[in-house]
Amino acid sequence: MSSEQTVDSAASAPASENGGAQTEIDAPKRKVRDIPRVHTWPHLLRMELLCTLVIMVVMVLWSVAIDAPLEEPANPTLTPNPSKAPWYFLGLQEMLVYFDPWMAGVVLPSLIIVGLMAIPYIDINPRGNGYYTWRERPFAMINFLVGFWILWILLIIEGVFLRGPGWNFFLPWQEWDAHKVVALTNVDLHEMLGVRNPIAISIVGAIPLAIYYGLAALYWKLKSQKSPVLKELGLPRYAVTAFLFLTMWLLPIKMLLRYTLNLKYIWVTPWFNI
Amino acid sequence: MAPKTKKSLTESFVESQLWRSIFRHGYADNSRNRALGVLSNVWLHLHPVRLPLHAVRVRYTWCMGGITFLMYLITVVTGVVLMFYYRPVGEYAYADIKYLQHDVPFGMIMRNMHRWAAHAMVISVWLHMFRVFLTGSYKPPREFNWVVGVLLLTFTLLLSFTGYLLPWDQLAVWAVTVGTNMARATPMLGHEGPFAELVGVTSRYDARSALIGGSLVGPPALLRFYVLHCIFIPIVASVLMILHFWRIRKDGGISGPTSLAALEGSPIRSSESSSS
Repeated sequence: MSSEQTVDSAASAPASENGGAQTEIDAPKRKVRDIPRVHTWPHLLRMELLCTLVIMVVMVLWSVAIDAPLEEPANPTLTPNPSKAPWYFLGLQEMLVYFDPWMAGVVLPSLIIVGLMAIPYIDINPRGNGYYTWRERPFAMINFLVGFWILWILLIIEGVFLRGPGWNFFLPWQEWDAHKVVALTNVDLHEMLGVRNPIAISIVGAIPLAIYYGLAALYWKLKSQKSPVLKELGLPRYAVTAFLFLTMWLLPIKMLLRYTLNLKYIWVTPWFNI
Repeated sequence: MAPKTKKSLTESFVESQLWRSIFRHGYADNSRNRALGVLSNVWLHLHPVRLPLHAVRVRYTWCMGGITFLMYLITVVTGVVLMFYYRPVGEYAYADIKYLQHDVPFGMIMRNMHRWAAHAMVISVWLHMFRVFLTGSYKPPREFNWVVGVLLLTFTLLLSFTGYLLPWDQLAVWAVTVGTNMARATPMLGHEGPFAELVGVTSRYDARSALIGGSLVGPPALLRFYVLHCIFIPIVASVLMILHFWRIRKDGGISGPTSLAALEGSPIRSSESSSS
């Protein structure tokens, strides 16, 4: 009885206007000044409590039902095959198929972290701030979705379930045969082209990469004067964006080249290979 | 002459000196007390007194930030219990895990919850980042809090990774061997990385050996990972969490469609969609 009388107007108004509030969330272009507000207590805290209870129940049931794994004691003389990193790093381990460890294990992970941190400073599109939208920021959405779901999550799933002994590919119903024979048919770009001179090898491999990253410079040269977006972005932001964009797409491009042309390395030098 | 009214049990309880010494605001359900209930509580005053309606909608927030924090709290509590029984020494570590599992009351479920909450935290922190990206919540004025969030995500992975070694079984040692082998290939600083010969690093003295205290994952690595896992990374992550939560408030509360108004007058407001 008493609680009904004392429900404050701020809390009760939106409760009766749920539909109205929702249209404002769904129609972001309207300037929403008088957005309905509710009291933290009880509206948010009750949700937090419920969420906590549900999650705690799930965690307890999960922990009762499934035991954490524990294998044989550590034995440095017995290497298991396959040796897998923790599951959340298997996307990185999967990249080792396509890139050398310095690239797949050090440079690319560092670029993932730095690139993620750079996002707010290179994405200057003011739209889509605080609501879900595809249409108002397709470039950002497509690249993040590809990066997150395909290059990170999908590669992890592949690494966990589809990689067996020797890091060879096995479908779920195939037996993990430790003696599976896989023909090593991958060749470097310079081998495809028949280049043998050591200096020429280093140069031949650098050319396609120079062209690849040069595309960004070319695009800037052609478009920067005409496109208001690029003008707004400015050269430093554009350069960082283009570098991160092209480096991210280097992975699917190299995967494609591996599966179509059996390409091993694009660029072979005495110091490093890409 | 006031009529003598009979107090209900609840009323006499919430008006007692004990109750009022803890909760200074009144008990009656009104706007003022709802506000004071949040404002005058050290734990709750992290929250604003009122917040936009969409902030309490699971379909907007996915609840993932809160779940991540809850997972962190679960791992802290269960982790402290595990620390009572676990010694990060090559000779003892594995036996202590066995002891925990078979002889310590509730030891198995403590270990299970610690591990599964750690895994769930990795997933929930990724989904949290994904949601924040989808809603564009990293955009001004929340740029820096996104940066802090990326650091927290990295530290979540490092927390999980350092903990992975501690059971000291085959799974642990070889997963960490594979993981830390990458450091061997660090350009300049790893002995198998590009330009290593210019710096002169060796397998006993490079980025990887600094991380694991030797050239292979042995007892020194166990001790290092234990200290990193139980002391260093939790402290750093906690500091960053304080910053992260505080910045949410300072950057205008939870993101939402109202943020457009905040952008007015910003020099970058007039730009086109980056797709054109």
